[in-house]
Amino acid sequence: MTEKISEDQVKHVAELAKLKIDDTQLPYFTTQLDQIIGLFETLSEVDTDGVEPTSSVSDQVNVMREDVAENWHQQKALLENAPDTQDGYIRVPTIIDESGENE
Amino acid sequence: MNFETTIGLEVHVELKTHSKIFSPSPVEFGDTPNANTNVIDWGYPGVLPTTNKGVVHDGIMAGLALHAQIEPTPHFDRKNYFYPDNPKAYQITQSETPIAHDGWVEIEVDGQKKKIGIAEMHIEEDAGKNTHEAEHSFVDLNRQGTPLIEIVSKPDIASADEAYAYLEQLRQIIQFTGISDVKMEEGSMRVDTNISIRPVGQKEYGTKVEMKNINSFTYVKKSLQYEEQRQQREIMSGGRIQQETRRFDETTGKTELMRVKEGSDDYRYFPEPDLPVLTISQDWIDQIQKELPKPPAERRKDYVNELGITDYDAMVITQTKEMSDFFDEMVQAGADAKLAANYLQGDVNAYLNDNQVDLQNTKITPDHLATMIKLISDGTISSKMAKKVFKAITKGEEPKKFVEEKGMIQLSDPAKLQPIVDDVVAANPQSVEDFHNGKDRAIGFLVGQIMKQTHGKANPQVINKMLKESMSK
Amino acid sequence: MNYFNESLTTIHSRLVNKEITAKELTQQTLANIQNVDGDINAFLTVADEAAEKQAAQIDEAGIDADNPLSGVPVAIKDNMLTKGMKTTAASKILENFTPMFDATAVEKLRNLGTINVGKTNMDEFAMGGSTENSAFKITHNPWDTTKVPGGSSGGSAAAVAAGEVLAALGSDTGGSIRQPASFNGVVGMKPTYGRVSRWGLIAFGSSLDQIGPITRNVQDNATVLNAIAGHDSHDLTSSTKEVPDFTSSLNKGVSGMRIGIPSEFMAQGLDDGVKQTVLAAADEFKKLGATVEEVSLPHTKYGVAAYYIISSSEASSNLQRFDGIRYGRRAKDVKNLEELYVKSRSEGFGDEVKRRIMLGTFSLSAGFYDAYFKKAAQVRTLMNNDFAKVFKDFDLILAPTAPTPAYGIGEDVSDPMTMYMNDVLTLPVNLAGLPGMSIPAGFSKGLPVGVQLIGRPYDELTVYQAGNAFEQDTDFNQQTPKLGGNN
Repeated sequence: MTEKISEDQVKHVAELAKLKIDDTQLPYFTTQLDQIIGLFETLSEVDTDGVEPTSSVSDQVNVMREDVAENWHQQKALLENAPDTQDGYIRVPTIIDESGENE
Repeated sequence: MNFETTIGLEVHVELKTHSKIFSPSPVEFGDTPNANTNVIDWGYPGVLPTTNKGVVHDGIMAGLALHAQIEPTPHFDRKNYFYPDNPKAYQITQSETPIAHDGWVEIEVDGQKKKIGIAEMHIEEDAGKNTHEAEHSFVDLNRQGTPLIEIVSKPDIASADEAYAYLEQLRQIIQFTGISDVKMEEGSMRVDTNISIRPVGQKEYGTKVEMKNINSFTYVKKSLQYEEQRQQREIMSGGRIQQETRRFDETTGKTELMRVKEGSDDYRYFPEPDLPVLTISQDWIDQIQKELPKPPAERRKDYVNELGITDYDAMVITQTKEMSDFFDEMVQAGADAKLAANYLQGDVNAYLNDNQVDLQNTKITPDHLATMIKLISDGTISSKMAKKVFKAITKGEEPKKFVEEKGMIQLSDPAKLQPIVDDVVAANPQSVEDFHNGKDRAIGFLVGQIMKQTHGKANPQVINKMLKESMSK
Repeated sequence: MNYFNESLTTIHSRLVNKEITAKELTQQTLANIQNVDGDINAFLTVADEAAEKQAAQIDEAGIDADNPLSGVPVAIKDNMLTKGMKTTAASKILENFTPMFDATAVEKLRNLGTINVGKTNMDEFAMGGSTENSAFKITHNPWDTTKVPGGSSGGSAAAVAAGEVLAALGSDTGGSIRQPASFNGVVGMKPTYGRVSRWGLIAFGSSLDQIGPITRNVQDNATVLNAIAGHDSHDLTSSTKEVPDFTSSLNKGVSGMRIGIPSEFMAQGLDDGVKQTVLAAADEFKKLGATVEEVSLPHTKYGVAAYYIISSSEASSNLQRFDGIRYGRRAKDVKNLEELYVKSRSEGFGDEVKRRIMLGTFSLSAGFYDAYFKKAAQVRTLMNNDFAKVFKDFDLILAPTAPTPAYGIGEDVSDPMTMYMNDVLTLPVNLAGLPGMSIPAGFSKGLPVGVQLIGRPYDELTVYQAGNAFEQDTDFNQQTPKLGGNN
């Protein structure tokens, strides 16, 4: 059976998902994902030329909320529930890597 | 070797809606951290977004103002990335079906007109804000969910000057729709740029360098100019441009490397399943088209062609919609267009600058200013007196009443002035003789004497004329 | 109080006639849970005195004679937010999470005077079919405690089957209400997508998730759906269609009804007892006056692939918010932000959740989106078209709910592929957003077997009508497990 996903790809995907897969778990995870992705590939048998994808089966179209502001006054409860706060801010370890989106 | 430059601009504009794009939390600034947030803004488990109709409306309006095609069935997409100011770890944006596409903005550089294409325009949510200290970073989600429009230009911009002109035109066009304040200094307009150069005649574009979050049009222009030169030097000296993000240092005027891009980011876009597809009817588009205020370019054309003011004056007046509307109302109220333009870009602008205030937040009304200008035009007050009247107008006083109460009405009635003119002429024979000998200064002295006697109220143009007549007899 | 021989009707009349107060009923329900649940482990959280207080208030206000739910204890699957009551989705990442608001479905039940007596076990984030993926405990099937209760709503189904409550809420993304209903011999309805608000349901696959009732009989089920259905301004995908009284056509019978059995659902891999149960159910419907014919849903065999791509992709995005920053578990002793993310998530999620996140992330990633996510969304269209075609000529589809009856604890958990294939009969209904209900229809090797009735979009009425006709003429739902006796 040809390989659908390599250990390196599994590592890359884990990085995107902010998950750590231990080196000891890696072969096992890779084998399982490889099998499942093999199953995914059976879809290539289906002729889908010109078929619109379905991303929702809701019967609702064009429903929107009127532009009226409401403050639910949840600031206090939200902050109390947060793992680490200071002066009304959520506190996290210093962000060194600025490569994330910044706006 | 000659090079040509290709510049792309991505402009984010913050909309002035009451509530956020996907939650009813108020869009307000300057409150305590996280005051304007709810469970939706925090990306709590189990919450769902709801689309703000006002944002879709404003998105259509911006699209129409930029002559773009409106997408009839737009949907939202998720853009996935982890960051502390991005609570769901995905941003709801539009990738597949932006609300508008294929628009244009007309610019003029050195008398040359050029249309800059707009590839697409989408609506999306803003992130919160991180602030950094040595040990920790701090997250405030008040800004999270503020509606944004992102406007992406086509690769039509060929110089830093064109980029500057494009930004200025774009700012004005959006400002005139009233959907945003579009102020760089307040962050309601933000600009990311990319620039590449290639030898003239080369088909493929050169490697792009990106610059993010530059905070004024002037710095955008300077950074692009610097970057254009740097890239040319690099290539001429046998180097290669790498795909990277650079930062503009305002103190040195140079750009510096922030990070090198390795491949493209993988945002794993897919259609947002929590929000139904929108259907934008032609009726809705037509209705918004009707609401759309007259754009600045058209107003400038009318000001020059129909009201006879200069190109420069027209440009200054159309800096903001408020100024332009104010001008229109003054002319409507009977003010001379030229004088009205002069006052707006002179005394009024000076007052706004001195007090760091927007026109709509002052007590100056178009009616009052127009009345003052009419008083000047019909000679009731002098332009010198007008200074005092203008001051009164800034305090909200009605100019006619003010002039009457202060007894500032100019003496223009020849019947009343004649005896004074006769007295002064009779009392100053030397000056009369000097006048006849062609000494123009003499008449000035006589005018001064009359002013003295009338406590400055005599209309100088009228007495000038009367003096000349009297002495020519 | 055990509910083996009860229904909403019997309990309601006793409450109205003041044979028992809501407070007493709640106390006795809690006492019974205390007694029974040691063997079953259906509950993750059992309500405290607050529930008794709430019941006392209902007594004080008076039981509403027109409201069959007034004063009735219910259980809620632990992926629905309950204000002030811990909600974990059976995940360590939410181990100590107490919501500040109720899910809409929970709030609606509360407003009708039901008493929430606890939160039921489930597969972590509803990912699984046996409730073995719970981070906290293994739930046992009341019919045979060596067997799984199915999943992911295994706790809710087991709690109803064990007589701990009369009604519980479950959620169904690929069969998570219907399959455990089948394994436990109870009635489980997955309503049409959009029928019940998802506000406050911790999202798994947003385009597939629906909340629905699990009960002992069809009429009770319709009564609970009456209570939770309807448009919600917090959920723009919830339907604005009028909600009928789902109990209104229960007794209209199936005479003249056209029922189709998809041949693809009866193919290989089906347990013989299950197959016989479906055929017997078909005969029963014919006897009651319906016509039953074979129909075809040709894309069925691609369902598992399409479903796992779509649900995992949506899940990978939905579960990114569990990042240790704003709520839930934050890893200790981290040096920087990246470590905070990775450690919090790696410690907080179990293996199956990680696997789905990885599959989803992969299916959406650059270079693979078209071949996987988009392709699956197109196949979904074809599958939905298959259903639409059948529903032109048929009122209802009859099918097995699960390929087998309940299997042994620990049997399947090591092999995700086998686990995924088990959903083949339920997930097409989620992809198409249709209403589907599993009702008890027989036994195989001493374990209950359910059959599935699938209706047209928003036609839960017909599903309930047929289900009730079947139930009235059979006695499968009246059989009860012998608790504590069989092992």
